[in-house]
Amino acid sequence: MRFSVILRTAARLLVPLILLFSVFLLLRGHNETGGGFIGGLVAGISFALYAIAYGTAASRESLRARPQRLMAVGLGIAVLSGLLPLFGGGTLLEGIWVKWGGLKVGTPVLFDVGVYLLVIGLTLVIVYELEEHNPGLFPQSVAPE
Amino acid sequence: MSAHLLLILPLIIPFVAAVAALLFARWPTVQKGINIASMGGILAASLGLLSRITEQGIQVTTIGDWPVPFGIVFVVDHLSVVMLIVSAIIGVAVAVYAVPDVDDARVRFGFYPFFNLLMIGINGAFLTGDLFNLYVWFEVMLISSFVLIVLGNTDEQLAGAVKYVVINLVSSLLFLSGVGLVYGMTGTLNMAELSLALSEVGQPGLVTVVAMLFLISFGIKAALFPLFFWLPASYHTPPASVSAFFAGLLTKVGVYALFRVFTLLFTQDVGYTHTLLLWGAGLTMVTGVLGAAVQNDFRRVLSFHIVSQIGYMIMGLALYTPLAILGGVFYIVHHIIVKANLFLVSGVAKRLRGSFRLKSLQGLYAYHPWLATLFIIPAFSLAGFPPLSGFWAKLILTIAGIETGAYWIVAVAVAVGLFTMFSMTKIWVKAFLPGGGGEMADAVSSMGLGTRVMYVPIAGLAALTIMISVFAGPVYDLAERSADELYNSSEYVEAVLNHEESAADAGPRPGVDGRPGRVHAR
Repeated sequence: MRFSVILRTAARLLVPLILLFSVFLLLRGHNETGGGFIGGLVAGISFALYAIAYGTAASRESLRARPQRLMAVGLGIAVLSGLLPLFGGGTLLEGIWVKWGGLKVGTPVLFDVGVYLLVIGLTLVIVYELEEHNPGLFPQSVAPE
Repeated sequence: MSAHLLLILPLIIPFVAAVAALLFARWPTVQKGINIASMGGILAASLGLLSRITEQGIQVTTIGDWPVPFGIVFVVDHLSVVMLIVSAIIGVAVAVYAVPDVDDARVRFGFYPFFNLLMIGINGAFLTGDLFNLYVWFEVMLISSFVLIVLGNTDEQLAGAVKYVVINLVSSLLFLSGVGLVYGMTGTLNMAELSLALSEVGQPGLVTVVAMLFLISFGIKAALFPLFFWLPASYHTPPASVSAFFAGLLTKVGVYALFRVFTLLFTQDVGYTHTLLLWGAGLTMVTGVLGAAVQNDFRRVLSFHIVSQIGYMIMGLALYTPLAILGGVFYIVHHIIVKANLFLVSGVAKRLRGSFRLKSLQGLYAYHPWLATLFIIPAFSLAGFPPLSGFWAKLILTIAGIETGAYWIVAVAVAVGLFTMFSMTKIWVKAFLPGGGGEMADAVSSMGLGTRVMYVPIAGLAALTIMISVFAGPVYDLAERSADELYNSSEYVEAVLNHEESAADAGPRPGVDGRPGRVHAR
């Protein structure tokens, strides 16, 4: 597969922007439309775009963790956010809120972060797996022509 | 330990185990250990719940501290706890059995995380007291079972999975439509509140229609006639551990849902709904057992027998007397243990002789007498041979049938029992006794350590079957308590609706009856 210079150049600009946008979506989900699921999907897209432009090997490297591991950590954080209230004598999944200056932060945010990581992991497991079974779908090497 | 913690442990343990298994994705041995510990933990928590219930009656808790009719409640009565315990026992048995049975490739692709997720779905379905939440747990269960049934990717598995997935999606759709209609009629999905609200709906016809939606949906999941065909088409394809787990538990979750819904919610027109159930039960028994008669594959014979046995359980529900429901619950307990065990035996036979076909198994008794003995116990129990557990289960149902004067269903049940005997004898003759073939000389296969490990859960479950047979008393008592609670659903309703008053921050609320506007049927 030929590398597209346009795609590569655009990807270098777009990937950080998309990642930033995904974090915005994640945090916006606190009070408005958005949240961990959609944020995770968008973040997953940025890594998928990177994989299309530079190959899955480069994309995996930039992720720095196996997507499966990301899923496990995300699930773990979500469970933890559900279990935390139990230690204070509350019930499962009850929200605990902390006032932090003018900002209210609570366990639902933690839950959303867990979902965010889980969805990134899930998306990338699928994207990378597709590539492994159909070599040539994405470019194989990071070296430019 | 607080009641709340005890009630959520059967969900929390497998969830944490699933996360841990994912983290250790590359260490199959660690995952196996985690899985056994997780199933053992669920069993311990379920037994803890049993002792709590015996002391203090039905236990209720809310999730996220939302007051009762608005939030999701978890309710554990005797039926729930019996189901939890039995499914945890099967969980432990299969967890041990899977250690040698499930290959490393399947483990690397997530067998253990999904095994635990499946357990979450099953336990959640038993625990929840909310109709929509029940739907969610069914989905959790189905999605994990979809993965487990195709894991390994053989052609046979994919062919079986297509039928399994498609029909179950249809079933979920009907379930969801039913839930929507119920909410439209009554404005609540809390099962205890629904139990009161549904009898206040002015249109009995509409309630019956919704009841039929639930009957079809759960009927598909429970493999009731005429919606059972997906089961024998798919259950013989995955590894023995998976099919044993499915055979023991998945259809029984559907049966549990039928028991719950048709004792708690839809009892307005028993003459219609439960008569239909009775016909379904009779036809299920007959078609299942006839289907088994023509099969020549170990697991296919057993799959058809799941169908026919489901008929007995539904017969208990359909007769709708305390004794009949008791019989149904006893039958579920007996059946789960026996049927899972038979599938485990078939897996060992496959491992020893390389096939599930009865002809190629021929002569197992000569070289593996212990396996033959361990087969005989659940097989004869399934057929209802006295004094094994199946005999007591069938006896209770027969007495209940005669008491209500439903002689034809009793006749069917007895005849089907005979045919079951025929099928089990067929497996015995074809697979275990020496046949006329001349391939016996090279039949001695060595027993590796793995196979020996697989004998442990089989022997354990067989011992449990004998325990239930000889000391049927404790199980009978539990089934009796469950039946009482199911038949007099007011106890369940009161436990849930009174819970809101004891909740810390629930303000004063009007009584259930004095709440105008809740029921807005026109």
